[in-house]
Amino acid sequence: MEFDLNNFKVQGVKVNYYYICKRKLWLYSKGITMEQNSDRVMIGKLIHENSYKRLKKKEVLIDDMLKIDILDNDYVREVKISSKMTKADKMQLIYYLYYLDSLGIKKKGLINYVKEKRQEEIELTDEYKREIEKALIDIKEISQKRKPPELVKLPYCTKCAYYEFCFAKEEV
Amino acid sequence: MSRDFYIFSNGRLKRKDNTIYFIDCLENKRTLPVEQINCIHLFGEIDLNSKLINYLSQYGIMLSFYNYYGYYSGTYYPRKKNVSGFTVVNQANHYNDYEKRLYIAKSFVDSAVHHILKNMRRHKEGIEDLIERIQAERKNIEKVQRIDELMGIEGRIRKSYYKSFNKILKSDFGIEKRKKRPPTDPVNAMISFGNSLMYTTVLSEIYKTQLDPTISFLHEPSVKRFSLGLDISEIFKPLVVDTIIFSLVNNRVITFDDFDIDEGICYLNEKGRKKFISEYERKLGTTIKHRKLKRKVSYRMFIRLECYKLIKHFIGDEEYKPLKAWW
Ligand code: SF4
Repeated sequence: MEFDLNNFKVQGVKVNYYYICKRKLWLYSKGITMEQNSDRVMIGKLIHENSYKRLKKKEVLIDDMLKIDILDNDYVREVKISSKMTKADKMQLIYYLYYLDSLGIKKKGLINYVKEKRQEEIELTDEYKREIEKALIDIKEISQKRKPPELVKLPYCTKCAYYEFCFAKEEV
Repeated sequence: MSRDFYIFSNGRLKRKDNTIYFIDCLENKRTLPVEQINCIHLFGEIDLNSKLINYLSQYGIMLSFYNYYGYYSGTYYPRKKNVSGFTVVNQANHYNDYEKRLYIAKSFVDSAVHHILKNMRRHKEGIEDLIERIQAERKNIEKVQRIDELMGIEGRIRKSYYKSFNKILKSDFGIEKRKKRPPTDPVNAMISFGNSLMYTTVLSEIYKTQLDPTISFLHEPSVKRFSLGLDISEIFKPLVVDTIIFSLVNNRVITFDDFDIDEGICYLNEKGRKKFISEYERKLGTTIKHRKLKRKVSYRMFIRLECYKLIKHFIGDEEYKPLKAWW
């Protein structure tokens, strides 16, 4: 059966969160966001603004869903602070490529790791296509759950904007 | 880090470009950096316009107004940015289900009593009998089946607590009985003043979360007040406000000169308010190592954590256990 993207499309950040932490994805999908209070997100925004100054950028909003920076005819570009979350960042970009592909637009991806001054090129393969489809189905299912996935401590919890939220508890 | 700004003089608050200015009646100008403001407290007679209000709203900055006597009159609470319909619906469910509502209301009272007893034990000479009375009364909290009975218990506990102030306060300051409207003696004046500061602080922390400030559990949701702010304040009033009063009085920082009496209303004058507020801000900024977060947490942040725990309770993540200060 053909995968119906219309039924499963989400904002790119949800794909990202899916690969970081399912609990974070659930909280975010219920409007429980922390980003405003997080300095790291602010830093990310600043880097984003500054590092694009020299490049000709064209921000495209697709279906009110994806905000994509298309820099030239071939590439969709993402800027990241560091390489820590590689998998999640990569899959978010692949999701963009997948989305564009479904609209008949063929692009390749380029991730800029600002701190490491490193770039990575990504192409949408059939394998990636299947992986994204599976992720989108999962994301929908998780978002519809009535309760958040149980808290399990992950290595990056202490750097997560939800850390205080998740670990605010009393000793009993 | 954002902070609270307090304006005591009369004048005009305005926006020019991307800055907020306060211009007092002598044309002195003070700049308030918009990214650093959490809440502005206006004690003077201030002119402002909608252009300013719109600007403050963009940044989610609250304005709190106080009358001539320094008593709270109201807050401008900008439209919330952190909205989660899912959370609000579940918060309302916890109000509508009486059992669930009672659980939360009891938690607030029990935490307040924990902090009350903590204060009393620190000054226990001469008030052992009052401590015992409160401990006995506290046992009834668990058994109670109705919110009004719970309120009754809380009222009796507070009565014993305030009685103990006469022993805790080491000076000529005394309290006959708690009088809210209007306060008629310096201790009542400080309690009222401190409690309204606490209420606005709690509101500004609620604002940063997805909680709806109008749906409360101990206090009946009210049309006049963001009553969830009153609920959560119960936990922090003895922990923050009362300890400030004890230290200001017992260290003779505050004296009778810091109060004025006008037609029977006793209130902190400008000098007194400044002393109180500087101690209040210092206290809110004080940090404690959190046992679960393994991080230093300020008193102000403890208020936010309380909000987070409530959200988790409402969304079925984790049962709410109120703060019981362990330090
Ligand atoms: S703190 Fe940890 S568990 Fe909580 S959302 Fe972040 S990564 Fe997930």
